Amino acid sequence: MEVDKVGKYIYPDIELDRYEGQVIEELKTNSRQPISDPDKWLEEEVEQNILLTTVDALINWSRRSSLWPAICFPACCAFELIAANGPRFDLSRFGMEILRASPRQADLLITAGTLTWKMAPSVKRIYNQMAEPKWVIAMGACGISGGIFASSSYAVVPGYNRIVPVDVYIPGCPPRPESLIYGIQMLQKKIARKRNFVPDREDGR
Amino acid sequence: MTRTLSGKDIAGQLEEKFPGSIVESNQAHLIVKSEVLPDTLRFLKETAGLDFNYLNHITAVDYYQYFEVVYQLSSLEHNHTTVVKTRCYDRENPSLPSVIGIWQGADFQEREIYDLMGINFTGHPNMKRIFLWEDFQGHPLRKDYL
Repeated sequence: MEVDKVGKYIYPDIELDRYEGQVIEELKTNSRQPISDPDKWLEEEVEQNILLTTVDALINWSRRSSLWPAICFPACCAFELIAANGPRFDLSRFGMEILRASPRQADLLITAGTLTWKMAPSVKRIYNQMAEPKWVIAMGACGISGGIFASSSYAVVPGYNRIVPVDVYIPGCPPRPESLIYGIQMLQKKIARKRNFVPDREDGR
Repeated sequence: MTRTLSGKDIAGQLEEKFPGSIVESNQAHLIVKSEVLPDTLRFLKETAGLDFNYLNHITAVDYYQYFEVVYQLSSLEHNHTTVVKTRCYDRENPSLPSVIGIWQGADFQEREIYDLMGINFTGHPNMKRIFLWEDFQGHPLRKDYL
């Protein structure tokens, strides 16, 4: 059977596919363990540095009052997020009504949905492109642990904390907008506790 | 309402044109031999009165002893539809002729079957994985995967 090969099919180079495969395999090998919460050490040092508390309070107030989420919604939890953004639940009460299409302008990554390994490098890139300070909320069962796909699927990342460090976990399948708002408030409380002017630790964090 | 042509109706015409090509035919479907698959499908597409000019979908089933590939065809002209199947017994290197030259819509679906079931469609211009990444081991929709 003859097949016309000229001009009919637009395909990317096979080299690109191989490169993509390598990137995914590499990410998969490097992501065997979850990344721990980057702010865990805050509690130990919370007694230090009394002088600059008010500056901290101001900075933290401004940061937590304008958490702009990046648009990165791989699956169905996105609809609860959209509902939370809508007029009924009105996320703009908490200063985060603006979903930024560019990760450079976003502070918060809400991981609304199942993540596959094929998609994982893109999500990691979005996280890397976001400017510091940045936070991550793992929304829903799939975002926390892979959910129903956790043990059975060959293609699903078992939790976003394999890829990016997560600050707040919101359980549910999917979580209601109320739980999402509650999780965001918890993140805001966490940001309010943050010390911005602590001396460097020995390990450089 | 779309009329469903039974496999038996079509089997008569096909048997006349391609003797010995039919494995089985009943009310629901028609199973043809894989060697004559492109010829029979092209015949179904181009014969006046049948005119199956639209390929609804292709899918594949793993029955352990063999893979069955299912083609649902429709005619937009006569508003009728039918199901044609074929079997592939080789489990190590399963291979079937591609129908991309007959219906271009087969392109991505054959790649999907190759990706998840491991059936190689000869004559396809770009037989490679579509959902999973390069370097992925195995074909996960096979029954013996895992």
